[in-house]
Amino acid sequence: MTGQAKGGRRDRPWLMRTYSGHSSAKASNELYRKNLAKGQTGLSVAFDLPTQTGYDADHPLARGEVGRVGVPICSIADMETLFEGIPIAQMNTSMTINATAPWLLALYVAAAERQGATPAELHGTTQNDIIKEYLSRGTYIFPPRPSLRLTSDMIAYTVRRIPKWNPINVCSYHLQEAGATPVQELAYALSTAIAVLDAVRDAGEVDAAEIPAVVARISFFVNAGIRFVEECCKIRAFTEMWDALTAERYGVTDGKSRRFRYGVQVNSLGLTEQQPENNVQRIVLEMLAVVLSKSARARAVQLPAWNEALGLPRPWDQQWSLRIQQVMAFETDLLEYGDILDGSPVIAAKVDELIAGARAEMARIEELGGMVEAIESGYVKRQLVASHTARLRAIESGEQVIVGVNAFRESEVSPLTTGSASILKVDGAAEREQIERLRGFRGRRNPDEVELALCGLVEAAKNGANIMEPSIRCAHAGVTTGEWAEALRDVFGDYRPATGIDIGSHSLGDPARIDELRRRVRETSNAVGRHLRLLVAKPGLDGHSNGAEQIAVKARDAGFEVIYDGIRLTPAQIAVAAMEEGVHLLGLSVLSGSHLGLVESVLAELRERGLGALPIVLGGIIPDDDADELRARGVAAVYTPKDVDMNRMIGEMVDIIRETSGLAPFGRV
Amino acid sequence: MPANARPIGEWVSALLSGERRAVADALNVLDDRRPAAVAIAGKLLAALPTERIEHEGQIIGLTGPPGVGKSSLSAVLIAAWRTQGKRVGVLAVDPTSPLSGGALLGDRLRMAQGAPDPGVFIRSLAGRGEIGGLAALVLPMARVMATAFDVVLLETIGVGQSEVDVALHSDTTVLVVQPASGDTLQFLKAGVTEIPAVVAVNKADLGRPARKARDEMEAALRYAPMADWVVPVLLCSALYKSGVDDLVAALERHRLLLSQTGRLRQRRRDGVAAWGLRRLREEFGRHGVEILGGADSVLARFTEGDAPFYDVLEASRAELLQRFGSRTI
Ligand code: B12
Ligand SMILES: Nc1nc2c(ncn2[C@@H]2O[C@H](COP(=O)(O)OP(=O)(O)OP(=O)(O)O)[C@@H](O)[C@H]2O)c(=O)[nH]1
Ligand SMILES: [Mg+2]
Repeated sequence: MTGQAKGGRRDRPWLMRTYSGHSSAKASNELYRKNLAKGQTGLSVAFDLPTQTGYDADHPLARGEVGRVGVPICSIADMETLFEGIPIAQMNTSMTINATAPWLLALYVAAAERQGATPAELHGTTQNDIIKEYLSRGTYIFPPRPSLRLTSDMIAYTVRRIPKWNPINVCSYHLQEAGATPVQELAYALSTAIAVLDAVRDAGEVDAAEIPAVVARISFFVNAGIRFVEECCKIRAFTEMWDALTAERYGVTDGKSRRFRYGVQVNSLGLTEQQPENNVQRIVLEMLAVVLSKSARARAVQLPAWNEALGLPRPWDQQWSLRIQQVMAFETDLLEYGDILDGSPVIAAKVDELIAGARAEMARIEELGGMVEAIESGYVKRQLVASHTARLRAIESGEQVIVGVNAFRESEVSPLTTGSASILKVDGAAEREQIERLRGFRGRRNPDEVELALCGLVEAAKNGANIMEPSIRCAHAGVTTGEWAEALRDVFGDYRPATGIDIGSHSLGDPARIDELRRRVRETSNAVGRHLRLLVAKPGLDGHSNGAEQIAVKARDAGFEVIYDGIRLTPAQIAVAAMEEGVHLLGLSVLSGSHLGLVESVLAELRERGLGALPIVLGGIIPDDDADELRARGVAAVYTPKDVDMNRMIGEMVDIIRETSGLAPFGRV
Repeated sequence: MPANARPIGEWVSALLSGERRAVADALNVLDDRRPAAVAIAGKLLAALPTERIEHEGQIIGLTGPPGVGKSSLSAVLIAAWRTQGKRVGVLAVDPTSPLSGGALLGDRLRMAQGAPDPGVFIRSLAGRGEIGGLAALVLPMARVMATAFDVVLLETIGVGQSEVDVALHSDTTVLVVQPASGDTLQFLKAGVTEIPAVVAVNKADLGRPARKARDEMEAALRYAPMADWVVPVLLCSALYKSGVDDLVAALERHRLLLSQTGRLRQRRRDGVAAWGLRRLREEFGRHGVEILGGADSVLARFTEGDAPFYDVLEASRAELLQRFGSRTI
């Protein structure tokens, strides 16, 4: 149906969410209540990295990360605090949680039960897509196969016990944030869905007749970039492909169960540090792509804020983004019409092109043995790194225009960014207080009950019984997040996925500059006697790997021998690697905000091994004040998202090595 | 002047006591091409205790196609040796990009897990493209590591020269294969690939195809018997840590065989001799080797007598330099 809706009837708008949470359960609870009062219609919980990777607040790896990028949830007590005064049964809650998803769902169910609700009443979503964690998001714990088994346990449990729950949100969002093209997003997200559904089917807990019900509960979390026509078509392609896939592969006959249900967060990778006010236009256009098609409209939308590349958003910044959605939904006439793109030959042709590309790539994945094999072999990760390299080369060369970055750079002074107060600063006391709360909680529980509950968990993990019931028992017994994850680590082991940086050097950028860099690397290698070696390392729990990967690839292309061991290393591991590998330079990358503490610890570990003179550079989300402080502590250079000229950075790194060895610097490349 | 060079005697005792910083410094100086460093490296190599580098420890070469799980397997082997109290040094070789001269060295990712262990030392090496470039380095580096650690593990992609080098530089070579590895099998049958001491069929967790690969390997190796050693073909899974005990036991049996039959010293000397011959040939050409009495005679210089290998090399060089006059310096 096209044309204006009758009687001024408008479609119901999508769910409007703001991804938030910080410091503590109490502080986050206050924030949520305020957001709900402002008209937000659902909650989207951001957890801190220790919670996402299964460590308690007092674990050494959690140092500096507690409450920083999300809310710390160590136990049922924290979960109850998070929802104090918020009736869980009436909430639609989205939880961005993956490796520890069964546990956070268990805590959520247990907290709801303590509020007097039953599981069957609950609505919401757990992200729970482990595959994209290996590819982009980085909060994996166990190897792929046991992880998928946990996913399939959760699906089997919720389909029966919490029928309105979305147990998994298959994410293409994070793939685009790691550089994926629209075709890759389509292909890898749908291949992931296949891997998950096959796992559920093969696990045998739900019988064949229930599979359509399972399919109907699968939802997606999609990205929308700035090429909004193409993005609009991508969404339509998703809709068509999912419809066909669920009918053909899983025999779902009911058309409604084959609907591609999805939420969106629009692209953040393209949001810039330079002239950050321009990000608002970007966000609006990106959002348009996913709400424009009535037949493929997003169910839920959350938007990043204008200051995305500067640091965490403050409540006011998030309010601005919420208002963008509200203007779109309530002021414009968008929701009064049928699908305005139906019948457009241009759109149809683009959709077909995307589908053809995605089908070809999905066939490739099948050929490799499916998504799990393609993860284990590193194939998919390499494809993503290669796409991201191509994207950055295009920006570097100016072929892809980014206003304020490689074009139209001159700017008046922005009143928005004057002073360092334009981002949220997390209270340093949050970590200490959380640790105190956790220790208090541990002291109050019944150790025998905890022990018994954990035994039940381990047994289920080993014998293949569904993990959810024992997890809920653990929640009630007072097991902590770290204990739950540790118990399963003992059974399943830890996993480190492929880094994907071993790609060919096809897109090198400006050949003259790369040749010049190679000459400098060669000459400096000769002068210092050994081939230049660079250790690129990511300390802490931070999973943002893009920058480190791209620096590693670029440095390799410039002639460095590069050692990069992936994310989540301790300062001690990094210092040991620097010594054993005899590197000339250490490049750290930290985007999680915990750079001050982490750099300090790395420096201390280096000194302890007699490497105090090893030069260090740092890249990431580093506010100016902190950058000054770090340089004062001896960091040779600090880079942030505005440094997009990687050739220049590599040139400077060569010069830093030269200066350390008493050689004259070459200067600008 | 290379940084952190120390008095040679002190350095060697530090190596013998397994001091990690001393190992790192030694590897750096071996890698250093500046004349001053080359001189120090020579002194250091010449001072390595013969007893240790000819009779003790075990140098194990792990080879196999890309991605079969050599590094993952190294990790589980390391863990097994550590529980036996053995200290382990690893040299992991990755290929270099012929265009840029750069390399991505990614083997630590799977090997260096958990809290740093003072009993494990990993150095990654780039293949460096140049023929013989790597070979020139690996042997001395392995000797330094063997001075400091009980077990030395060499990981290389088993293709071309590096595979030959591994065979040359290690006491015990392990060929790692995976299910459906037809190529490797063909190479073995055709004699292109050196017969390893042990074959490990990794990724046994994949089930039937792994067992099939083992059966095929066993059949292929039946036609290449060695006098007193039957090449074990073992199923293992680095991911699920299964089959590791058998692999560790097979490696230990091979070590005992070599050392009890006196072949350990012989094998190490042969390796050094081949290495020395190659270095001389690279520097002075075929003609130079002829002057020294031909390849066999050069090899004999290294394998016979008790002089430390580096002294033999230097003596031969000196001889040739004198013959060639100043032209070659
Ligand atoms: C892409 C992205 C992601 C991707 C990451 C994909 C990946 N594998 O890298 C995804 C979607 C997975 C993600 C997830 C999260 N993200 Co995020 N993310 C970003 C985003 C949008 C871009 C970062 C990026 O990749 N840029 C592209 C690369 C190439 O640039 P770069 O890393 O800055 O690197 C450049 C320089 O900094 C420098 N550099 C960087 N490292 C190094 C190292 C060396 C040696 C050198 C020389 C140079 C150098 O050189 C590069 C060249 O230009 C930023 C915001 C922004 N626009 O910057 C937020 C941002 C970093 N994310 C943030 C957060 C909070 C998260 C989450 C923790 C949210 C949560 N609570 O769950 C999660 C969890 C991730 C985790 N496990 O840690 C915050 C961090 C807040 C803070 N620092 O205080 C940011 C700033 C957004 C925000 N404003 O809130 N994110
Ligand atoms: N299923 C399974 N996968 C494994 C096993 N061992 C290793 N892998 C996976 O195989 C991939 C390659 O493993 P690596 O240990 O890096 O292999 P490698 O031979 O060292 O690789 P290169 O150094 O690149 O040649 C990784 O994704 C591992 O997780 C195993 O026993 N079973
Ligand atoms: Mg390897």
